[in-house]
Amino acid sequence: MTATSARPAQRRRPIDAPGAPSRAVKGVVLILLCAAVILPFVGIVSTSLADRAQVNASGGFVLFPTSVSLDSYRTIFAGGVVSRAMAVSVGVTVVGTAISLAVSTLLAYALSRQGSFGQRPMLMLVLFSLLFSPGLIPNYLVVKELGLLNSYWALILPTALSAFNVIVLRAFFMGIPAELTDSARIDGAGHLTIFARIVLPLSKAVLAVIGLFYAVGYWNAFFNALIYLNDSGMWPLQLVLRTYVINNTEMSATDLGSGVENLPPQPSIQMAILVVTIVPILIVYPFLQRHFAKGVLTGAVKG
Amino acid sequence: MESSVSHTDVATGDTSSRPVGLDRTTTGMSSGAPRPFLRRRRNPWYSRLIRDRALLVMALPGMALLLLFQYLPLLGNVIAFQAYVPFLPFGQSPWVGLDNFAVIFNGDPAFVNALRNTLVLTLVQVILVFPAPIALALLLNSLLSERIKRAVQSVLYLPHFLSWVIVVAVFQQVLGGSGMINNFLRTHGADTFSIIGNSDLFVGLLTSQVMWKDTGWATILFLAALSQIDASLYEAASMDGASRWRQMWHVTLPGIRGIIVLLLILRLGDSLTVGFEQIILQQGGVGLAASEVLDTYVYNNGIVGGQWGVAAAVGLVKGAVGVLLVLGANKIAHLLGENGVYKS
Repeated sequence: MTATSARPAQRRRPIDAPGAPSRAVKGVVLILLCAAVILPFVGIVSTSLADRAQVNASGGFVLFPTSVSLDSYRTIFAGGVVSRAMAVSVGVTVVGTAISLAVSTLLAYALSRQGSFGQRPMLMLVLFSLLFSPGLIPNYLVVKELGLLNSYWALILPTALSAFNVIVLRAFFMGIPAELTDSARIDGAGHLTIFARIVLPLSKAVLAVIGLFYAVGYWNAFFNALIYLNDSGMWPLQLVLRTYVINNTEMSATDLGSGVENLPPQPSIQMAILVVTIVPILIVYPFLQRHFAKGVLTGAVKG
Repeated sequence: MESSVSHTDVATGDTSSRPVGLDRTTTGMSSGAPRPFLRRRRNPWYSRLIRDRALLVMALPGMALLLLFQYLPLLGNVIAFQAYVPFLPFGQSPWVGLDNFAVIFNGDPAFVNALRNTLVLTLVQVILVFPAPIALALLLNSLLSERIKRAVQSVLYLPHFLSWVIVVAVFQQVLGGSGMINNFLRTHGADTFSIIGNSDLFVGLLTSQVMWKDTGWATILFLAALSQIDASLYEAASMDGASRWRQMWHVTLPGIRGIIVLLLILRLGDSLTVGFEQIILQQGGVGLAASEVLDTYVYNNGIVGGQWGVAAAVGLVKGAVGVLLVLGANKIAHLLGENGVYKS
């Protein structure tokens, strides 16, 4: 995308470059669009850092903090609801991503060996599943019948396999030159050896991208936890965010479990929760961004 | 790929299938002559099964998850025809025929309301949300500086990766009663407004959230299509004296027509699905009359309300109509000469 789109732009430049007015309009539009994305985050981070006097004076939302205080972060990390939810979210994301990656790559490899036993019907099952979603109630019943209610497995197993990701991985594996796998076969390697020693090492980049997509999915999920977990003590971060920020439930000292006498103002605590939910995404985002366009296009073309 | 498989048939598959025995004794009776002929035919299924057992073991966990959570739930739809009792073993509840479907056929007001809201949202979003990434992609594509283009893309793609919980929270912080904008207006003595929790503006709020979250991301496919347009077409048009606007109309838009038609048809195929998580998070403030859509109807009646059979019936009809719409949309895409989601 980048290399090919650079060329027409450079060739067009000498013929008729846009005039100054149209460039100015474009510039303003783009700056406004970027501001619409960036400014809310500036405000959120600022409010989480602002001290009590400024938050109270401003009526709840601060765009530029005059003095910085880390009290709200100290409060939410003191071992209460938010700390626990953070641990749950990290745990579910790490374990879930590991399971998803393992299961998807193994399946994608098996589906990439054309002509093997059962390969066509299994591929058909994977492709066909893209056409429909099973529905909320039947899904709930299956999870219930499997005895997964009120278990963290309910947050992982139902969404562990993404057919779309399997297809992207399969397309990538099929692009690995057959000479490599053939020569390993002749040397006596079985499928597991070929998979572990040849296919996986050649696929590090695509594995990283697919893994990140899975991880973002697990991190962002809240609905599974809402319907499958009855005990609010098991909630992941997104549900805590929903309860205390969107539904604006007042956070008490017992919720926070910190024994702090003087709680920071509610808006600061709320925005601190929002920040810790966003930051992991921001950390992986540059990496995702470098590769995702390619992944999306592969899927779109081969899917 | 094909050649490697047939190669292994000879090298390993053959020897591993021999100990199966039965096949050997029967063919052995009629002397060795027909064996090469038999061998050249397709391997019997059990010998391929044994040959490919490693692959099957590798596929097993993934296929198990797929069958358990994608195909097994289809069986769960039987409760649409039952008066489901949660504590009875699965499938033991009394059968009630099509009673659960009565809300659909008799036009239960709550169901009709949910259906209407769904279709209104789809319509508004097709009109407002769908063209936005096309316009943005054209704007980005017209930028001469590759650096600026990349920087803008980095910023605008970001919201796609945030969860709906975060997006809804961010909108509350910006537009809410004590949010960023109202605070600004208040401190400057202007009138404040109420958008969050206002049922009249709910459709607009949902639409703007969808646009904020996904417009940047949705440009990817359009930008890819734009980069495929032959640059010499622009040069030719420019030589003929076409202005930049005429170039856009006669070169750029025809060049991306295919992907526009395809994505539009796919969106229409998905007509019955609108922002489930997004709406669930915000239903509290605005009430069901304005905010209930089909997916939330299933959730509120089934999992919250305990009317399992009715909810499953609505979900089943919605799913079936949804598959028909997707297949129909795909068919239309093929008829228009575009590639659909799947081929043949």
